[in-house]
Amino acid sequence: MGNFSLRRLFRSLLIPILAVITALIVGAVIMWLAGDNPIAAYKGLFQGAFGSARGWATTIRKWSPLLLTGLSVAIAFQAGLFNIGASGQFMMGTIFSVWVGINFADMPAIIHVPLAISAGILGGLLWGAIPGILKVTTGAHEVITTIMLNYIAALFAGWTVYAGGSQGQKPGPLWDPAAKAISQTPPVVESARIPFIFGPPYRVHWGIALAIITIFVMAWIIYKTTIGFELRTVGQNFKASKYAGIRVGWTIILAMMLAGALAGMAGAIETLGVNFKFAPEFGGSVGFDGITVALLGQTNPFGVGLAAFFLASLAAGGAKMQFDSGVSSDIIQVINALLLAFVAAPAIIRYIYRIRKSPEEQETTPKISWGG
Amino acid sequence: MSSPTRFKKTSLIALAIAIVLIIVGIVVNLLPIPDDSMWRVLFGVSTLNFTLRATVPLALGAMAGILCERTGIINIGIEGMMLAGAYAGFVAKVATNSWPLMPSLLFGVAAALLAGAAMGYIHALFSIKFKMDQIISGTFLILLAGGLTAYLFNPDMVAEGKFSPIAIPFLSKIPVIGDIFFNNPPITYTALILVAILHVALFHTKWGLRSRAAGEHPRAADTVGINVNFYRYMNTTLGGMVAGLAGGFLVLEAVGQFQEGMTAGRGFISLAAMIFGNWMPFGALGAATLFGYTQGVQNALLLAGVVNIPRHFISMLPYLVTIIAVAGFVGRVRPPAAEGKVYETEGSSE
Repeated sequence: MGNFSLRRLFRSLLIPILAVITALIVGAVIMWLAGDNPIAAYKGLFQGAFGSARGWATTIRKWSPLLLTGLSVAIAFQAGLFNIGASGQFMMGTIFSVWVGINFADMPAIIHVPLAISAGILGGLLWGAIPGILKVTTGAHEVITTIMLNYIAALFAGWTVYAGGSQGQKPGPLWDPAAKAISQTPPVVESARIPFIFGPPYRVHWGIALAIITIFVMAWIIYKTTIGFELRTVGQNFKASKYAGIRVGWTIILAMMLAGALAGMAGAIETLGVNFKFAPEFGGSVGFDGITVALLGQTNPFGVGLAAFFLASLAAGGAKMQFDSGVSSDIIQVINALLLAFVAAPAIIRYIYRIRKSPEEQETTPKISWGG
Repeated sequence: MSSPTRFKKTSLIALAIAIVLIIVGIVVNLLPIPDDSMWRVLFGVSTLNFTLRATVPLALGAMAGILCERTGIINIGIEGMMLAGAYAGFVAKVATNSWPLMPSLLFGVAAALLAGAAMGYIHALFSIKFKMDQIISGTFLILLAGGLTAYLFNPDMVAEGKFSPIAIPFLSKIPVIGDIFFNNPPITYTALILVAILHVALFHTKWGLRSRAAGEHPRAADTVGINVNFYRYMNTTLGGMVAGLAGGFLVLEAVGQFQEGMTAGRGFISLAAMIFGNWMPFGALGAATLFGYTQGVQNALLLAGVVNIPRHFISMLPYLVTIIAVAGFVGRVRPPAAEGKVYETEGSSE
């Protein structure tokens, strides 16, 4: 038995590992074709991520948002749903938490920090609930609705901190008048900031501990509770789960709320632990990266943790790579994209390395269509 | 399956709104209304011109989506295909700056088409041969194009010149209508003609019937001897070309230069236009016009300085309308039935 499961473990790690290697090789070829030195680039990348205490600190700081958005996408996948909306849920989490964070200045930190994080979780949860409810009640496909909700969230967030216009447009409710023409919130008050484990210059905060605990909580929910079982059943066989008496509609809404809550938590942690304010350009590609992380981690919470760590190290090493080797850190997004392709289509990896498909191997990505 | 589903409610609504917009615009501009009135701001010639400029890339993007999705390949990667086309068009234009303007620009268009086609082919290859989930493949295209163009872009490169308007003889002299429709640069005309061509091709040719069959009922199509995957490869590649042209429009006709991430969500609004237009070329054009108008009117309101609604909320309109459309609050949209499903001929599966 032990032997067998070890082989299974090897099997399940084979594709992700080969995908990482292949993405790095193809990335190197692209750099070489563009006239850059890939060896110098990867050396800088590695040193930037792991070559110094500050590098490690940056990697760990970038780990938690990727981990949480990865978990967000992963839990939706487990229920057969495709959450492209992590970036919108992240954005709403950010706005909710920043609102609590810039207000209530006289609250003790022991209450203020958890309250602000909870607000972020709530913001993401509500935003995630919308596509869930729409899917269950009207059949609207979550891929379309989450894409649209991403833009609505970004525009809404942009409005809340809008500095107003020269021709009398009103500023947004969260705008900081002290920032004059710049659209941003006031700084989050001291009592709402997540405390540092290692203070400046490392700036590693306790949010990472919360994120790691969340891995275990999610693993417990998915694999050990009735809700998790129902969730996976709905994901694997929609019709059968209906006949088995599972409340499919409720399960779908719950999965989307959980997914939203996780992405919202990521937004809260970034805001209260790293940025200490919100401006419209924050957020970036964290939602799309969550998809890569979830698939690279095979939608397993612990796998997601590892995958997020890898992507965080790429993101952390980018600055030093650019500084040392002159290779633009934009190449990292290319590598992430390739990684996504290779983990999402194991057939490509099998084709390249001539690996035969094992009969018991499961598809890790759900099969989805617009029609629902 | 030739005609009954040709126009669905939402596509008619989209088209009707667009037509009403145009008619109101024409009437307002023909009447002696003072220049500072709200009507002039909302429907003036400059607003409508801006609307058309904003509509063209959305309409092209939506046509790209229709081409792919009608044969059963979901395409959320329009944004990436556009960006690739924009970048390729830019590089080709810069490389041939020393040529006379017109050949250089046309070379740019060719490069944009080629880059788009390559993106489309990759999407088809991943979706069909490697059975990648089509939504993930689309996401891949968006990330790849965003990363690659940012990585390769050299801000020192400058493209010299862009397409200028070509007045159509006689027609451009018609008051108002001539100013809006018949005095435009070439890709704008191409885009409008393309919508009509695609409509005829989809609903009145053998190619269209077979393409739609591949997207609606591939098994039946296969049974009568249609090579489903051939049509899927072909149309997804063609769709990529059209999206590439949208990118070419941005660089070679609208802006004149490339900027990182310059598609700025237009691919997603195109997707929205395609859905709101219910996968119909004219429906999608109507929706694209409506969405383009939300951009045009924002601009006009900002210039006129009479904004009460924050521009952020006006910008939300395309996304809200799309959610309403897919939720079926105004007549449900219906995607091609076999979308997103890998088609394997019997006995060919592993």
